[in-house]
Amino acid sequence: MRFIFKTDYAQDIRIVKHGGHLFWYGLLGAVLLAAPWWASEYVMSQLHFICIYSIVGFGLMILTGFTGQVSLGHAAFLAVGAYTEALMQAAGIPFGVSIACAALFSAAVGVIIGLPALRLKGIYLTIATLALGVIVEEIITRWHKLTGGNEGKHLKPVEILGWKLESDAEFYYLCLALTVICCLACVNLLRSPTGRAFVAIRDSEISASCMGVHLAKYKTMSFAVSAALTGIGGALYAHKLAFISPEQFTLFQSIELLTIVILGGIGFLHGAVLGAAFIIVLPQLLSIAKGWLPEGLAPSGLQAVVFGLILILFIIFEPLGLYGRWLKVRTYFELFPFYRRGMFRRQKSYMKSERLR
Amino acid sequence: MSFFKVDNLGIRFGGVVAVDKVSFEVKRGECYTIIGPNGAGKTTIFNLIGLIYPATSGKIYFEDKELTDFAPHEVANLGIARTFQNIELFEHATVLQNLLIGRHRHRKTSLWQELLFTSGVRAAELAQREAVEKVIDFLELAKVRDSLVAGLPYGVRKVVELGRALATEPKLLLLDEPSSGLNPEETDDMAFWIEDIKRHLGVTVLMVEHDMNLVSRVSDRVLALNLGKVIAEGTPAEVQAHPAVIEAYLGKAA
Amino acid sequence: MQLLLAGVAQGCVYALVALGFVLIYKATETVNFAQGDLMMLGGFFALTASVIMGWPYWATILFAVAAMAAVGMLIERVVLRPVLGQPAFTVVMITIGVGYVVRGIVTMVPGWGTETYQIPTPFSEDVWNLGGVILPVQQFMVIGMTAALCVVLYAFFRFSTLGVAMQATSQNQLAAYYMGIPVRRVNMMIWGLSAGVAAFAGILLAPVTFVHSNMGFIGLKAFPAAVVGGFGSVPGAIVGGLIIGVVEALAGFYLPEGFKDVAAYIVVLVVLLVWPSGIFGETGRKKV
Repeated sequence: MRFIFKTDYAQDIRIVKHGGHLFWYGLLGAVLLAAPWWASEYVMSQLHFICIYSIVGFGLMILTGFTGQVSLGHAAFLAVGAYTEALMQAAGIPFGVSIACAALFSAAVGVIIGLPALRLKGIYLTIATLALGVIVEEIITRWHKLTGGNEGKHLKPVEILGWKLESDAEFYYLCLALTVICCLACVNLLRSPTGRAFVAIRDSEISASCMGVHLAKYKTMSFAVSAALTGIGGALYAHKLAFISPEQFTLFQSIELLTIVILGGIGFLHGAVLGAAFIIVLPQLLSIAKGWLPEGLAPSGLQAVVFGLILILFIIFEPLGLYGRWLKVRTYFELFPFYRRGMFRRQKSYMKSERLR
Repeated sequence: MSFFKVDNLGIRFGGVVAVDKVSFEVKRGECYTIIGPNGAGKTTIFNLIGLIYPATSGKIYFEDKELTDFAPHEVANLGIARTFQNIELFEHATVLQNLLIGRHRHRKTSLWQELLFTSGVRAAELAQREAVEKVIDFLELAKVRDSLVAGLPYGVRKVVELGRALATEPKLLLLDEPSSGLNPEETDDMAFWIEDIKRHLGVTVLMVEHDMNLVSRVSDRVLALNLGKVIAEGTPAEVQAHPAVIEAYLGKAA
Repeated sequence: MQLLLAGVAQGCVYALVALGFVLIYKATETVNFAQGDLMMLGGFFALTASVIMGWPYWATILFAVAAMAAVGMLIERVVLRPVLGQPAFTVVMITIGVGYVVRGIVTMVPGWGTETYQIPTPFSEDVWNLGGVILPVQQFMVIGMTAALCVVLYAFFRFSTLGVAMQATSQNQLAAYYMGIPVRRVNMMIWGLSAGVAAFAGILLAPVTFVHSNMGFIGLKAFPAAVVGGFGSVPGAIVGGLIIGVVEALAGFYLPEGFKDVAAYIVVLVVLLVWPSGIFGETGRKKV
């Protein structure tokens, strides 16, 4: 068991809470940095995707997990980031500028999509974001002159200051660096007044407002930050696939992104990474499982069934997600043998209609 | 200059007149209580002061500024803090984080600085935490400092709610039924704290309360409401003996 | 006029799916994203009954509705009861999961798979000619059957004990429990009812879009319908559906390509921004 004694205020603020933290995260960092040496080409490709989806996961986690605004239109931000990057690269703009622009344009779109959020709550907000996501996708498809419509756009490999990142390893380091930067930015945000304001909005808007939190400003900020992060992820996504078209940014992509956040664990930043990893690894497991299917059952539906089942099972049995499960396991070992089964049990709640309160 | 004045305040919800031409004035440094049977409009007045509902008539003045000119979130910046009758804490945050949000109006850093967590942000954070510790010491919340609010008992939550309001460093503190749901010991503690808040912290307290013992102990002046109208005003003893107040609570003699 | 009728008929289908939504929302304040997929499943049940087993049309309808009611109740019992009382977002995600599972299972079942099928109806080809306007009987039947269903449901909610009980559980579960209403059983029946309505919608839609596993995507258009009419209002769902159907038909004809698909979403955005509670809906206000 580890007892942490609080001796100064800076302790609360520090990111690395104790020696054990430093050790394990350092180890993780070392393993990830050494990846090009121990990972096969296939695993490297998966790691690329995990990094990209992690960044997007951070964005969505800030919006949905920490500010409580559920967004079913996040694929729109992904699309804006991807297409901005594609168009800017085609125009010859250097990578550093183009990725910053991808973030900024996504943030701008985020502000626009966030406008309904200022007046809507709960399911209405979800439907508004859904509608906006579909509309953005349609705009991209129809604006043939700018985006090439259904023919999509091709991208060349990333070029930073004249140095082409053509190998897997080089692109990997870029993704890893950006993931770490985004993660640190999110952690910084959450340990500062703005992050606390976000959490306040999630838990009780009225009292947040009474404490001086300008609801409209912070909700918009949350949408902007979330969209910017997703835009960066989108830019990397575009480069990874080297070809983007509107079909990649449908409602189902939005649902997948939301699933990443839920499976990973809403309310924890680690959840974004764990969820991303899970979603990337899932299809591999599925293709193995397809071999076991009995005759007569078409394997094409298996992905949907498994995806749906996992979502349902996680929500029912593991509401804190993968990171929650990890927390429980870790607490068990930390407190051994004093771990009590009811420690993480959630309170039974009864639904009271929001409509007539 | 008046400290806090309510002038002919009124609000109707459809056909129901919840508050009807209520006027009163609170002097700096005193403890002013509003009493009345349920449904008298007491919490509604608080909601009107907090600009949660827009008043249909009348004005509210705080330090000679008209409150209705401001937006709801600016009320805290002016120096008015409130607690809620049905606790509105941030359930999934720790007590410390709840109190820190109370410090929000003292924030001086911008989004970009926070993303980079500059030394300015760090210094501001340390200062906020120091300020919050003073509140924690005052209310003896040190034991539950790092517990999630969701798991705390009701009495402790009420204290945390009070702490969060105090953390904003208000000039005027609105307490909505501070002793409801508390046992006698906790009510005693609450009485001591309200007195300390008034005398040592120099905060003016405007309170809605049902517990007449607490009211007599702590308040300087009392306002009695019934069905949205003022029926009596004066010291606690005067109001308690007032015939209209007795009638409102107990009914007319047969 | 022709266009209007087509729009109204299409709108009736949206209205029926939206009706299923609204029933569940009224009773449990949860939104069921799987409503479209339940409709699709209902269509497939009908297909099985009529084509594979060769039953007459009316028997098919009864079978599909009954089968789907059972499925709806099963879903509620297995999937939704464990999360009773949790925040709305959680339940929405669970229903999305249910939708995926239903879609996947349908493509996996032998005999159903991913192909497109057609259900024979007694009035596929007939066409009435009223003063120069051609009215396919098909569309008329859709409108007529929808209207009949609405009347039945209205009477149910207004006058029957079960209907009133359902309204009670939707407003305050704990209080309903105290009043002796078996909340969980009532929820189960609401889901059964809603799934039955979805099956009805699926059968009515089948001649137009044919039965295939992606049929349920029309369900996504039912959201705008429910929102426009006001979430939580049964007549609102109908009116909303009709409005969306008509708007879509007009958009497809008068506006350039591509607008038809997003017309519904643009409408819902406008409604949400201008009139969040919809036409018949109730505004909620949190009391502190």
